[in-house]
Amino acid sequence: MQVKEKAIELLSSGKVSRVLGWKQGEFCYDLTPAVFESAEEVERSFVFSPLAGANLAKYLIAESRKEGVVAAFLKPCDSYSVLQLCKEHRIRRENVYLVGVPCEGTVDPDLLRENAKGLTAVREAGGTLVCDTLYGEKRVDLSAVLLERCKVCKSKKIVVFDELLGENGEENPQSTRFAAVEEIENLTPEERYAFWQKELSRCIRCNACRNVCPACSCETCVFDNAKLGTDNKAPASRFEEQYFHIIRAFHVAGRCTDCGECSRVCPQKIPLHLLNRKFIRDMNTLYGQYQAGADEESLPPMLDFRMDDCEPSAARGGKQA
Amino acid sequence: MKKIEKARLPELFAALNETAALYLPADRDGVAAFTRWQEGVTLTEKLNTVRSAKDLFFPQVETLANFKTQGGTIEIEDAARQDEDFIVFGVRACDLRSFEILDRVFLAEPQDTFYKARREHAAIITLACNAPEETCFCTAFSIDAADPQGDVTAFLTDTALCLRANTEKGENLLAKLPLSDGAESEIAAWQKQARETLEKLPIQLDLSGFTGERMMELFNHPAWQPLSEACLGCGTCTFVCPTCQCYDVKDFKTKDGVQRFRCWDSCMYSDFTMMSAGQPRPTQKERFRQRFMHKLVYYPMNNEGIFSCVGCGRCLQKCPIHMNIVKVAKTLGGERDA
Repeated sequence: MQVKEKAIELLSSGKVSRVLGWKQGEFCYDLTPAVFESAEEVERSFVFSPLAGANLAKYLIAESRKEGVVAAFLKPCDSYSVLQLCKEHRIRRENVYLVGVPCEGTVDPDLLRENAKGLTAVREAGGTLVCDTLYGEKRVDLSAVLLERCKVCKSKKIVVFDELLGENGEENPQSTRFAAVEEIENLTPEERYAFWQKELSRCIRCNACRNVCPACSCETCVFDNAKLGTDNKAPASRFEEQYFHIIRAFHVAGRCTDCGECSRVCPQKIPLHLLNRKFIRDMNTLYGQYQAGADEESLPPMLDFRMDDCEPSAARGGKQA
Repeated sequence: MKKIEKARLPELFAALNETAALYLPADRDGVAAFTRWQEGVTLTEKLNTVRSAKDLFFPQVETLANFKTQGGTIEIEDAARQDEDFIVFGVRACDLRSFEILDRVFLAEPQDTFYKARREHAAIITLACNAPEETCFCTAFSIDAADPQGDVTAFLTDTALCLRANTEKGENLLAKLPLSDGAESEIAAWQKQARETLEKLPIQLDLSGFTGERMMELFNHPAWQPLSEACLGCGTCTFVCPTCQCYDVKDFKTKDGVQRFRCWDSCMYSDFTMMSAGQPRPTQKERFRQRFMHKLVYYPMNNEGIFSCVGCGRCLQKCPIHMNIVKVAKTLGGERDA
């Protein structure tokens, strides 16, 4: 059964009172997350396609606190975010009905637009995207315009669901997602500093990375808190280059599922996910393999304590004991 | 009309930079941005920059004054104003219109002397469009992207850059450059093709319903709730917008005093206007509504009907959830009475 038909069925049968999904935009790629309350609304404007890249997990924090049951469609990586938020008692599991949707990768609209200038409509035909543009038809290879996170997909397994549309997938231990991290690790400290300065100096401090991040769910962010005197809205100094993004990455370490939303939404194309992946990789190395959001029981490495834990000095670059 | 072969653009940029500091849209790690020219910097092939040309006149952060304390005395040091000429090359028609919109805010009494100094010291060379993208909707604001004004207008054809002076400042500038004579006829076909594309842009907006008389009706419209529902409350739309002009003034304590600076603020933020009486807009619906009411209703009411949107399409491209002024205008404008 297709996603849209399932949404209609869930609403028509009264099984759920609302459906969280993606709403048709002006073009093919500009879908907006939306809550649908009737089968007619779904019929009119609900869309699911490889362009439905947005991870809707974070919306469930507020949606699951409303009256009635809300249904949500989860791609594999969204499911890790949802399970992590359930584990943190942020999503009220009893108020959500989760439908797992297998995923073959989602498209980066910016990449697609670069390859099909003046893009107005797109349809998929066996791994090829046939694009209508202001300047004629253009064919683009789907695999060439996937989001970075999809090119190095860590898992096609849907880790939490009430119902599955199709077959569940598997984790992908062969994912090359840490390759770029290793490259940066192999730089000298000066080169590494230069790399991050170059990337982070583009930051306009719009907070899109923070606001979209499912792991950033504090009621009031420390960087918005005027009462604490820690609020900061100006890229006035080198704050963004040296502190903001690193502090955020530390704050979500052990909870970040590597969903890649931070990099997806960055208007300045800063590869923020690399910071998170560096921490994930370090935790894997120092405390054993751990994937946030993969289950509801395990203690994340930063909250767990074992007698045989490594000493802080074991971290690469730290002073050796 | 003057011209220079396309292959000689580096020479032209060097000559421009001889007369005054030159800024132009160039790729910086894959992102187009207005960049200070130096040897090797080339014009981007992208249609427009992520951050608009506004930034060169109203930067995201600037110091307004420094307070130095010594013993019991405070010395106030006013921050310097722009006092050297500079050239901005490659301003698109949409961004050029944004200057008019900003002028009506910053050059109204009491004038913003920081902004004013930059405007006075700048020479603007616009770049006409002939390959707009689907997100462009400048035509909704009667902007002719195929023939923008400014001090000089540049037309980049397959083989040459044609330049036409529109002001005395522009005439003087062109006189200093290594150009040969050209004719209007050389860009006629180019411009015709550009206008044909502009005419069939997919976004066609009817903004006739956004009037002062309908202010309260629009303000109380039930659609604000669903429209704002998915808004993340980030500042992306605001910060890439060429016409957003709100800022906050903050003090930063230094070793021996205080640095007073201003930085862009966003009505999408929860603490926006917190300073007045501690009553910022309570939910994202009100914040979201403010941004679009300002662009489509309040600003035109105060400025002879001019909308404070230029149709550049940056918010369409960059909003993380793809909610934008086009969707808002179509939703609210499409449900007009009668």
